[in-house]
Amino acid sequence: MYVYDAFDRTLVNERVVEFRDQVTRRLSGELTEEEFKPLRLMNGVYLQLHAYMLRIAIPYGTLSSAQLRMLARIARRYDRGYGHFTTRQNIQFHWIKLAELPDAMAELASVGMHGMQTSGNNVRNITTDQWAGVAPDEIADPRIFAELIRQHVTLHPEFSFMPRKFKIALGASRHDRAALRIHDMALRLHRNAAGELGFEVMVGGGLGRTPYLAKTIKPFLPKRDVLSYVEAVLRTYNQFGRRDNIWKARIKILVHELGPEAFAREVEAEWQSVKDGALVLDDEAVAEIAGRFRYPDYKRLEDASPQLMAARRADRRFDAWVKNCVFDHKIPGYAIVTVSLKPEGGTPGDASAGQMDALAALADRFSFGEIRVGHEQNLVLPHVAQRELPALWRELEPLDLAVANVGLISDIISCPGLDYCSLANARSIPIAQEITRRFRNLDLQRDLGRLHVNISGCINACGHHHVGHIGILGVEKNGEEFYQITFGGKADENATLGALIGPAVPYRQVADVVEDIAAAYLELRQRPDELFIDTVKRTGVEPFRERVYAAR
Amino acid sequence: MPLVENGRIVADRYRRVADGAPVPDRVPVIVTAQRFLAEADTLIRRDGSLGVEWPNDRRVAELKPWLGHLALIALNFPKFRDGRAYSQARQLRETYGFRGTLRATGDVLRDQFHFLARAGFDSFDVKKPADARVFAEVLARYSAYYQPGADGRIPVLRRRVPGADTAKSRQTL
Amino acid sequence: MTSPLDQKKIKVTGPVVVTANRVDDGAVIYRRADGAWTEQLAAAAIATDAAGADALLSGARDDDLGAIGPYIAPVKLALDGAPAPGNLREAIRLGGPTIALPAAPPARVAEAAHVCL
Repeated sequence: MYVYDAFDRTLVNERVVEFRDQVTRRLSGELTEEEFKPLRLMNGVYLQLHAYMLRIAIPYGTLSSAQLRMLARIARRYDRGYGHFTTRQNIQFHWIKLAELPDAMAELASVGMHGMQTSGNNVRNITTDQWAGVAPDEIADPRIFAELIRQHVTLHPEFSFMPRKFKIALGASRHDRAALRIHDMALRLHRNAAGELGFEVMVGGGLGRTPYLAKTIKPFLPKRDVLSYVEAVLRTYNQFGRRDNIWKARIKILVHELGPEAFAREVEAEWQSVKDGALVLDDEAVAEIAGRFRYPDYKRLEDASPQLMAARRADRRFDAWVKNCVFDHKIPGYAIVTVSLKPEGGTPGDASAGQMDALAALADRFSFGEIRVGHEQNLVLPHVAQRELPALWRELEPLDLAVANVGLISDIISCPGLDYCSLANARSIPIAQEITRRFRNLDLQRDLGRLHVNISGCINACGHHHVGHIGILGVEKNGEEFYQITFGGKADENATLGALIGPAVPYRQVADVVEDIAAAYLELRQRPDELFIDTVKRTGVEPFRERVYAAR
Repeated sequence: MPLVENGRIVADRYRRVADGAPVPDRVPVIVTAQRFLAEADTLIRRDGSLGVEWPNDRRVAELKPWLGHLALIALNFPKFRDGRAYSQARQLRETYGFRGTLRATGDVLRDQFHFLARAGFDSFDVKKPADARVFAEVLARYSAYYQPGADGRIPVLRRRVPGADTAKSRQTL
Repeated sequence: MTSPLDQKKIKVTGPVVVTANRVDDGAVIYRRADGAWTEQLAAAAIATDAAGADALLSGARDDDLGAIGPYIAPVKLALDGAPAPGNLREAIRLGGPTIALPAAPPARVAEAAHVCL
């Protein structure tokens, strides 16, 4: 993972000093709320229903154990003992007092963490695949380029007051684990026919009121050009993105209104003036950043298969955990472990300070001190030796961090919703909790197989409901909470927006509806191993709709 | 609204001339974009520095033919959140090589000073007197920036690489 | 619920209070008749017409140091005149999240359970 140098630390520390001054001026009345609001937003400080919320960036989802321990400390010292991992690989604290924020930020800065640009009309946290650097199917570690771009857009003089926020995601494998096509801009690392490394550039994705999937505007951009091209895209957006209507201000609207080809031409023209200047990424610059990424000192290990098989045969629960939570690693003898933050009855993506501390210690012991955060709101220990899996599992279980539901129906992605968020129309967390209770039986979950449920409490779609296999969107009807159900969405390389299944259903019926959908799937599937999403594709929505609305 | 240049509050040498009013000679003047485009040939021949106010929703490429005759371009931030003029400033400086005075006008607040300076502005029509007074102090607040800017600082990306060719940070023309 | 901060024209069709968030900690507060702020809805000033609401609101808006984003929120009145939140959003603002938090004071969770949906 990337190690801060003196420059990185200086930048973050100076930011804390500035924010401390801004808070002082706010509390003294020298700054009005109207003047202070954009300043606090630039540091990730929101005002929600009950309190200020601090959103902290976890660049491309990579955390050190020291950083995770600091997050636990912040949760205990300044908040209410827990934190929430988001769908953009950030963490949120929901209860910090304004006057204490500078101190909290100073502590975070000491481990190289901050809330810069986790809010505001700038470039937000750059996300990538939570398996970056360790996935067997990866071309190259995209985090090197994510870090280069992150630095380039941090406190960028030109792109800090854009029409709206701008979200960038990077991927480096054919199988898309980073939900590339729902981003304002996505960069997919790959090799061209000549074997050169470069990016497919996609722009104009985004969910919300008018969802769009990103379009490819440049199939192959040589890696030396990535910073200058990103600059050209941002400049085009900054100049021509709409500023008259907050609902039409994202780049997806500009790309749609101009058309992707015209947009690409605009970018190309702008790019001509920057492509051979100071932003060229020569090998030296890339090597310099890459050199500050520390990779584990992997041991030469043999595949631990025989021992692992024996342990799995000996314990059914361990076996279930391995089958569900453990994934192949590119280094022989190692494994990638997903830590589910979706226990029965829990809030998706929440972790207590105790769990964070414990996980940090486990990362030190089993994962070279590194943890990842995925957009599915689960955590990952990315470098676990296979032979250590039994020992790790025995530690995770009592912490309620070994729930073997990854990718199953109770592995729900959900925004905080009306329990926390001032933008929400309806609650999302209680819906998620009830669904996990109805499907508490793991055998049933495994029988249902891979089934992604996404819940958003409002049209801003922070729960990514449009791309859920089952998407649930909270709306308000006559002061009551209702929920629209969508079907057949996908967030991977075959990204698809889900289709509405029928009229919205009231709060009390949502979990029933999900049970009806699950029952319908079991009835309609051709074989036990036909995935839910494939059944839906084959049969269409109609058979499901009939069953769901027959009695309603 | 106090004008800040070179880190200090200064008197404005320029006089804004309304459309239709006569343009005095031998005095620095600022005219609107409409007037400039309509009377460019006459105005550039006049004795005295010439400045133009350029709206933030028009391409600065339109000014390219006259950049050598313009002593000042005033760009506008109707609200500080409307950051289009940052792009205009960088294009003028870095794409077209404009070397005259670039003035920021409109909703110019202290928390945007460092963005403005690094985008290429060197004249600031500051909204609040209190902000104008602390201009230099505010700019000194950050000692390191990642990306190349127009304020002459070597970006971190280049500073880290020993013997980096700092000429690469020069603007292209 | 569309954000009450989008309110432009004040329309009062029942009893209302002025509510906001406290600058210090973002806590939910209600405007009192004497111009101070309180966390207790029971102590809030109640307006029953547009003029009264407007008066409360403009005073609140002037208090930029004490309160952020004041707006008019509906309340329901019990027989004894005690105000209760007038919609789900206000109920959640008053009672806190409707889910159990790791360190939630028990009283707040209990209040939320009385939410009329």
